[in-house]
Amino acid sequence: MITFQIPYLAVVGLIIIGLYAVIFKRNLIKMIIGITLIESGVNLFLITLSFRENSTAPIYTASPGGIMSLPVPQALTLTSIVIGVAVLALMLSLVIHIYRHYGTLDVRKIKEDDN
Amino acid sequence: MFEQILAHSPALAVAIPLLGAFFTPLVGKINDKLRNIFVILILALDSFVVLLLANDVLSTGSIRTYIFGAKEIGSPVVRIIFEIDGLNAFMIILAAILPLAAVIYSWAFMKDETGQDKYYTLMLLLTAGMLGMMMTGDLFNFFVFLEITSISSAALIAYRTNNKFSVQAAFKYIVISTIGALFVLFAIAILYGQYDALNMAVLANSIQYGLLDKIALVLLVIALAMKAGIAPMHMWLPEAYGRAPSSVTVVIIGTTLGSFYGILRVGFTIFGEQIISASNLGVGIALGWMLVGLAILTIFIGVLMALKQNDFKKMIGFAAVAEIGYMLLAFGAALATIYQNSITGAVDISPAGLTALKGGMFHILNDALDISLLFLVAGAIYYVTKEASLNKLGGLARNMKYTTVFFIIGMIAVSGLPPLNGFASKLMIYQSTYEINPILAIVAILCSILLLATFVKVFYAVFLGPKLPKFDKVKEVPKSMLIGMLIIACIIIFIGLFPNLVVENIVNPAVTALQNATAYMGGI
Repeated sequence: MITFQIPYLAVVGLIIIGLYAVIFKRNLIKMIIGITLIESGVNLFLITLSFRENSTAPIYTASPGGIMSLPVPQALTLTSIVIGVAVLALMLSLVIHIYRHYGTLDVRKIKEDDN
Repeated sequence: MFEQILAHSPALAVAIPLLGAFFTPLVGKINDKLRNIFVILILALDSFVVLLLANDVLSTGSIRTYIFGAKEIGSPVVRIIFEIDGLNAFMIILAAILPLAAVIYSWAFMKDETGQDKYYTLMLLLTAGMLGMMMTGDLFNFFVFLEITSISSAALIAYRTNNKFSVQAAFKYIVISTIGALFVLFAIAILYGQYDALNMAVLANSIQYGLLDKIALVLLVIALAMKAGIAPMHMWLPEAYGRAPSSVTVVIIGTTLGSFYGILRVGFTIFGEQIISASNLGVGIALGWMLVGLAILTIFIGVLMALKQNDFKKMIGFAAVAEIGYMLLAFGAALATIYQNSITGAVDISPAGLTALKGGMFHILNDALDISLLFLVAGAIYYVTKEASLNKLGGLARNMKYTTVFFIIGMIAVSGLPPLNGFASKLMIYQSTYEINPILAIVAILCSILLLATFVKVFYAVFLGPKLPKFDKVKEVPKSMLIGMLIIACIIIFIGLFPNLVVENIVNPAVTALQNATAYMGGI
């Protein structure tokens, strides 16, 4: 039974590690890594929801028969991944600009610079 | 012809700005002026379609559903649908007014900036995202539009990349909104795993209110509250509002209220029948009081921080936080009044609560208009003086007559003085909260007075006082900026003079739709 729970535990682990990085890390790049970890956790959750044991991919034409995993969450995950890439690119480009202005990625030093 | 447009208006409302966005850079290759006209025409057309749709839904009281994809095969539940009831129709009116005023304003405001093609493209994308968010009947689709708005608004906040503060504000905004959106997605996944549905109406129909549903509710409400700028998660809002170009801020106000709409939709429609029910009466009332507490905190933080700000736009940003607090106060107080009718056994919101709901709903519209006008004025001041600090401004009323008048209108409206629109909605909030608990009304009135004090201080610092020699050559802002402000000011005055008309025709249908989750479920 426990083997079925492992993906869910991984989801919780990923999200908690991600939140930890976002809240406690001082480096902006590490914060961004934290956000992508949360995103992976959520995506993994969606995929896990759709999976059934011994199921095949939901492609009707070459189906060997038997049960298939649910296609909707997979479609959702694809959309979410694409959005995630766009957000990641935007965040990194903003970090590049911040680095140009402040010469550092440390949140504390950026704050000092402002005051 | 009209019938045809009306039948497809939900799709058109999103498609027009979306397609327009991708044509804008092409048109921009030809000529700057042509591109500006093109963008204004696109948004005017879009506003026309949106208002047509809103008028139809609000006047007939019906629910308009638009199904994407084939209608014949199977049930419509698995497809993406747009479902517009009174509440959505009320919200999209904002999305029709604000971007149009902002784009007209930008003509002169953005004239000397580089990268205008990108600016207008992102503005149109932001409008499309905002409209989609306010119309969709599908939770996952809501998430997608939420992300479209946060990506495009973050890029627009950082538009002046040579200013380190704008980039910083944009980074804060994108971090907050991405985390918020991911939690929304997580909650959607939980609900999908339970009920195998993404459609809001279907979910509302089948929700059981078990432990997992409660977790999903909490995640959704907290994530959306974060995006709506409710204290204690408001830190990003004054930064983002204050550092973005003023014309952008006006549209971002719309998206913030779009997130607020999301809270209402989740709380009152999807979970509405469970929260407002006999078995969960205590929980519903507790939730109402919790919202009231958050609202009071939001109002206090907004007003007190606004008092001590030195930066013109950041100060208005904190005033915007306070105004969001007023809306939340009204909705929270309404939820706190639910009671069980001893004869019929039905659970309902009390009459005072109903007035609070109307006041809160009305205030959504008024707040967006008032704060937008003030931001446009602040943008105009920045445009002519290149100065944002209140200490360095002064004596501008002599050279900028019209802008001064617009500021006075905005100031009176936002601090809730008669005869403008802020008074109409705030009076409804005071009146109803006084019946529910007098302390709430006292706090609300007191904070309004403080808000007025803040704005009088700003008025004196910016427009009155001795003539400063460095502003001798300052002239009135160009016409397009005046027109942008005039559009919003006219609507403010109109609502202020005829509040009954607006409450009866626009606010009442929205409140009826908000309360009537069953009708929304039957809409598909």
